[in-house]
Amino acid sequence: MSDARQQIDELVKGNDVVVFMKGTAAMPMCGFTATVIQILNQLSIPFKDVNVLIDPTLRQGVKDYTNWPTIPQLYVKGEFIGGCDIVREMFQNGELQTLLKQKQLLSDA
Amino acid sequence: MPILQSDLENCLSTAFPSGKIVVIDTAGDNDHYQVEITCTTFEGLSRIQQHQKVYAALKDYDIHALSIKTNYISGEFHE
Repeated sequence: MSDARQQIDELVKGNDVVVFMKGTAAMPMCGFTATVIQILNQLSIPFKDVNVLIDPTLRQGVKDYTNWPTIPQLYVKGEFIGGCDIVREMFQNGELQTLLKQKQLLSDA
Repeated sequence: MPILQSDLENCLSTAFPSGKIVVIDTAGDNDHYQVEITCTTFEGLSRIQQHQKVYAALKDYDIHALSIKTNYISGEFHE
């Protein structure tokens, strides 16, 4: 396993919710990234933010990791959930909330 | 690199010949696109797999901002 792949693997498996993004949670540098952050914040879901802009190896590495060519990427409990479009669609139809409840990351209340 | 809307539409039509394809140039600059593809080929695939098929079709292009929506129609009901 390459260094980048191993690093990504550890991040994805070591944190319940991870977003690989352009910028940081406090300062997103792309509209798609901002959308994903906004959705997680609205659900009060804590997450680990990984800024790919400061690490070109990671930026390419995470695309190879899931065969997904774009950033942001959301992972929940080690599983790749999707990019901005999928996350937004799942949030709007309630699938994301259901998934987070199943993973015990969101309460039913 | 910007891509003409007609080129993008042709590329997607070639990749999804039976699909219904809607392409919107959201910023009017040939570099921000929203595409919606409805196709039987997506049936039974996860949303991630559906989008991966779209990305694969567009792998030779570098579009600055691309928003994707995919839907499937069941083969049974497809005309």
